[in-house]
Amino acid sequence: MNDMIAIYAVVALLSVPLGIYIAFALSTQTNRLDTLFGVIEKPIYRLAGVNSQHAMTWQVYALAILKLHVGLILLAWLVFMCQGLLPLNPDGIPGMPWDTALHTAVSFATNTNQQHYSGQAQLSHLSQTFAIVTLQFLTPATGLAVLVAIARTLLVAKPAKVLNGVGNYYHDLTRTVVRVMLPLAAVVALLLTWQGVPASYQAAHQVEMLDPQVEEVQTIPLGPVASMVAIKQLGTNGGGWYGPNSSVPLENPTPLANVIETASLTLIPVALLIAIALISGRRRLMMGIGAVMIAFSLISTSVVVYSERMPNAALIELSQPGANLEGKELRFGTDLSALWGSWTTQTSNGSVNAMHDSFNPMGGMMLLMDMFVNVTFGGVGVGLIGFFLYLMLAAFVGSLMVGRSPELFGKPLETREMRWISLAILAQPLVILGLSALTVAMPNAAANSNPGFHGLSQVLYEFTSAFANNGSGFEGLGDDTTWWNIACVVALLIGRFLPMLVPLAVAGWLAAKRTAPAGRGTLPMDSPAFMGLTAGVIVIVNLLGFLPALVLGPIAESVVQGF
Amino acid sequence: MNIGIKDPTAINEEEQQTPTFEAKATWGSALRFMVVMAVLLGLVYPLATTTVGGWLFPEQSQGSLVRDADGRVIGSSLVSQTFVSDEYFIGRPSAAGNDAGGVSGSNLAPSNEALRERAQADAQAIAQREGVSVDQIPVDLITASGSGVDPHILLPAAELQVARVAQAREIDEASVTELIDQALENTGWLGSPVVNVLRLNVSLDERFPVATTTSSVIPVE
Repeated sequence: MNDMIAIYAVVALLSVPLGIYIAFALSTQTNRLDTLFGVIEKPIYRLAGVNSQHAMTWQVYALAILKLHVGLILLAWLVFMCQGLLPLNPDGIPGMPWDTALHTAVSFATNTNQQHYSGQAQLSHLSQTFAIVTLQFLTPATGLAVLVAIARTLLVAKPAKVLNGVGNYYHDLTRTVVRVMLPLAAVVALLLTWQGVPASYQAAHQVEMLDPQVEEVQTIPLGPVASMVAIKQLGTNGGGWYGPNSSVPLENPTPLANVIETASLTLIPVALLIAIALISGRRRLMMGIGAVMIAFSLISTSVVVYSERMPNAALIELSQPGANLEGKELRFGTDLSALWGSWTTQTSNGSVNAMHDSFNPMGGMMLLMDMFVNVTFGGVGVGLIGFFLYLMLAAFVGSLMVGRSPELFGKPLETREMRWISLAILAQPLVILGLSALTVAMPNAAANSNPGFHGLSQVLYEFTSAFANNGSGFEGLGDDTTWWNIACVVALLIGRFLPMLVPLAVAGWLAAKRTAPAGRGTLPMDSPAFMGLTAGVIVIVNLLGFLPALVLGPIAESVVQGF
Repeated sequence: MNIGIKDPTAINEEEQQTPTFEAKATWGSALRFMVVMAVLLGLVYPLATTTVGGWLFPEQSQGSLVRDADGRVIGSSLVSQTFVSDEYFIGRPSAAGNDAGGVSGSNLAPSNEALRERAQADAQAIAQREGVSVDQIPVDLITASGSGVDPHILLPAAELQVARVAQAREIDEASVTELIDQALENTGWLGSPVVNVLRLNVSLDERFPVATTTSSVIPVE
């Protein structure tokens, strides 16, 4: 209980000053931070040959994102395949097969960090840092940059001057990385090293076990683990150094480390509510969004905590009665594993400190539902962008309900906008359910390790996690096959770029339209009633899309078990 | 707060209607930016934090290794080991054979028959070894951890093994219990107390060395 209080307290106390700081750090007005961070930022702009002061249209902004990401995917793909020939490989790990390497590159370039490999055994120190840590910084920073670009264009009530662009991608990205992510990650990395997370470029230790009757030799893999775990948690990335992620004591050694890592899951997504409130001046709107997110979060967390306190059905009468400890670490227990599980699926992070595959059916189902919704805080930047997508749909529905022509912040929502908004929302059930159906229809493609209803849940979870850019998994799945790698790449790319770039485009289109003055019939978007409508739209859209699949998977499993 | 970006084209009304943007998204700047960032974030940042961390925390940064009297590495206090002899406390079942190189959970669902079969075999082995009935076994001893290298067991699981270890080492139970207390971790405000099995067994070997070890049951796994 103390741990839970500490985790909530850290997030509550740090998110407010961090949000104020982010708004300040990304402001383009000259301030004292410019002198301090200019030392790093100016050489970056000069070496890259970009002028950070030139505004981009939304099209140029989107194109800059896509070009950088094509480059990043190719670079990471190449590094993974050639790591055997490259330096910083003390354990002599060979190159990755092309399909696993491609999946890994795309997975990290989409802020997903879905892993079809085990890091400590299949990646060199160079791959883990130069390829992966780079992406773990740049992808959340991209989400944050797009969010700020949308806020500037769409949300600012009275822009000081008319903008012809949405901002400059390199400017927003560099400032987010240098002023926000790097200092935070460095502090967290040192705190975690203090708690016992390795920080070393040494090769693994081979150790004979203490008991003379045991002949097996034990490997203790090391590496610059702490630096990766810090940004893995802060940047809603989730891809860990070791295969089972933060359940491994070397990656999450103590209760204090667990408090730091769990709080880091939600810290930036929560702080962004405050940052955007300051940047846009729409405080009531952001408070309303925050209230919906907190309500969703508390419901989900309560259900998962309750579920994991129940015994594991397979173990009844084989021991003293107890909570479901299968797949969980004793230094955390079930409550802290459930809290992490629900937060990691709410925030699109995907790191784990317990094995979700062994959660009780009700808990596992809640994790799936968190990822369907994916805007309960959501990923850095993209969580709020996804919420805006639902907000646009709710504005459309709400305007029609009160008999007005649809509008958003005084700008008319017309056919082009609604067509793309609908596509971005409907792509999710289409891709997840379509690919799941295809996979279970093909003999041997599914490779699920558990039989029956849970086997279907494993397939559904994998594609949901890919599309939601979450990265956690029901990890018994034999997912390192060419089919899984390629099918997930499709879900990863659509799930990342469509829901991120459509709201940017809509913001750009709406900015070019004339503002209608607010009248008596205008839908007040910051009212509790409208927030209730938005929450309702989110719940209804997701239930319509996924309830049948849930009935076939976790709900059936739960009914068979009797709870 | 003004977040408007400096926009060279937004000087007056006429220019606003025919915007010309200098910022272009060229391949050249994208790739150059990528290389600069990869060096800063993928090489400089990990090197800097790893160097400072290693200098400030020399023990923790190298994997919290446990050494014997001669300085030889015999394990890590963060990684469990396999124990089968009666002279040692035994930890949780592991889907990874207690090897941090192959860390893994069982990933068995509660609805999977294989989980019940495994737990049944473990429970019977424990009941036989400790001379208790199955319903006296704490649940942590028959559940595999998430990582497969959870170094801990809960206090009741350690207490269950005291009689057998004391008998095998021919010492009184009180001195074993005393060592359990010394191997307790997370006794502070955060977390709940757990017993570190490797540290406990190392201290047993130091205080009450044995020449040979015995095993009363065929090891599961």
